[in-house]
Amino acid sequence: MTLPNHPEKIVRDAKVLAQQELATNVYFLVVESPEIARRAKAGQFVQLRILSGAFTLRRPVGVAAVDEKKGSIAFIYRVVGKGTKALAQLMPGEMVNVLGPLGHGFAMAYKHPLIVGGGMGLSPLLYYAAAMQGKADVLMGGKTAEELFWSGLFDDLCGHCFLTTDDGSRGTKGFTTTVLPEILERGDYDVVVTCGPEVMMRGVAKIAREHGIPCEVSLEKRMACGLGACLSCSIDTTDGQRKKVCKDGPVFPAEEVFA
Amino acid sequence: MSDERLQTNLLGIAMKTPVLTASGTFGFGEEFKDFVDLSRLGGVMVKGTTLLPRRGNDGVRITETPEGMLNCIGLENPGVEHFLDETLPRIQQYGMNVIVNISGSTAEEYGKLAGLLDVPGVAAIELNVSCPNVKEGGIVFGTDPEAAAAVVREAKAHTKKPVILKLSPNVTDIVAMARAVEAAGADAVSLINTLLGMEIDIHRFRPVLGNITGGLSGPCVKPVAVRMVWQVAQAVRIPIIGMGGIASAEDAVEFFLAGASAVAVGTANFTDPEITMKICDGLDTYLAEHGFSSIEEIVGKANPGFLGFRNDVQKG
Repeated sequence: MTLPNHPEKIVRDAKVLAQQELATNVYFLVVESPEIARRAKAGQFVQLRILSGAFTLRRPVGVAAVDEKKGSIAFIYRVVGKGTKALAQLMPGEMVNVLGPLGHGFAMAYKHPLIVGGGMGLSPLLYYAAAMQGKADVLMGGKTAEELFWSGLFDDLCGHCFLTTDDGSRGTKGFTTTVLPEILERGDYDVVVTCGPEVMMRGVAKIAREHGIPCEVSLEKRMACGLGACLSCSIDTTDGQRKKVCKDGPVFPAEEVFA
Repeated sequence: MSDERLQTNLLGIAMKTPVLTASGTFGFGEEFKDFVDLSRLGGVMVKGTTLLPRRGNDGVRITETPEGMLNCIGLENPGVEHFLDETLPRIQQYGMNVIVNISGSTAEEYGKLAGLLDVPGVAAIELNVSCPNVKEGGIVFGTDPEAAAAVVREAKAHTKKPVILKLSPNVTDIVAMARAVEAAGADAVSLINTLLGMEIDIHRFRPVLGNITGGLSGPCVKPVAVRMVWQVAQAVRIPIIGMGGIASAEDAVEFFLAGASAVAVGTANFTDPEITMKICDGLDTYLAEHGFSSIEEIVGKANPGFLGFRNDVQKG
């Protein structure tokens, strides 16, 4: 045995091409990685190794955008701890190590998806919206208008952009689940694709089921290897089995993970 | 690639390199096939296996710590039957030495597992008597020399495969443990397993890990592991597979010089999935630069009290 000629996954140092703060503590990071750009499907993620500082574990982050021509991939992440803080300090020209693409992405065969996202969950959905080439609409929720900076990113990629905020400072006052039933009743969506806080995804999955529309959810869990080996990210499935978010997911049919 | 300097023979197992992967950090090997030439490894110590399937612990299972990590997976695995029927036949294609790590809650269970795994395709059996993350069994066998010896005897009685006992560092006297299992017939010892530790979330006022405590691994445990390999190498004549925080060829060399005949890489596989190959390359460079023609020449070289186990060298 030797190494495969055409590996599914690769691990490489990648040059930082751009880093920009989109909102308070939320960053847009673009790195040069033609091999992952060629391979990555919407919904997949990578594991970033921050080369400065002694980090034992990588940081999983969803692919938010791919530019195959430029050979680049982009991520949107929030600074939540030491790792993401170090990541945010990377300047163009510096290196970060990228392992991926990992996991299974969203099903692409649908004609008119409704994307429902909240918070950083919107990051992998951005790539999905782009891959759907205008066929998808998006419903996004945030606590305040400031959290909905995302709408500027999705506007050009989606037909309609529905907005909610907890405080009513932008869009409809309430949660995504407040307006979802009405949107599903009026539209002819053939799938709901969701990523965000688990409580939101559970609510979205329930409403989609009540409307007889398939729903795909993208889960987040602490991970070590990202390859299905360490079992850090095990979850219970509705049929009583265990699955790994990193390898079997992160995208699952809602009925497989939410009772 | 020729690994002439690195090839060795341990427990009757021909190894291209003395670099193995530690149980629980490398799945069944196949997860790393894009990054590692699995047949170049000395062996893959596969994910801990039990008689019946185990679902593992609930809640948060890992957390990063300074120069390391804590885990409390809790031996999640599909059970030995699933391993024998599905996993083992599937991973044969990689041409690697498969060392099966087993856990039981009684000495009899270890015997039963060892018997079931006495099949072609299994190179050796590693007895996990030191998993800190399961409530029953495990840790008791790992901290009481008599109980550990009983587990070894039971396993040896049921298999012709070499039996390796994995020692826990969570003891006052690791030498007493090593002597007891050697006397009971263990073919080798591997050390160290993880150190029991914990972390508290100061904003939520509760432990981070779902299981409250977990096993500490990574570079932070390496000095403890080197010290224990050093001590055990002065007390037993069976070979030692050294592990604990190895993340570079230089780290691995320390273990050989202390008296390990082979090393296993664990947590570093998470940091860099290609790390084992880099360690093999670096070891070869180290041997060449220091004028050694085989790995055996440095086993125990820094340890004046080393009892002198020599790998059974058969250079081809």
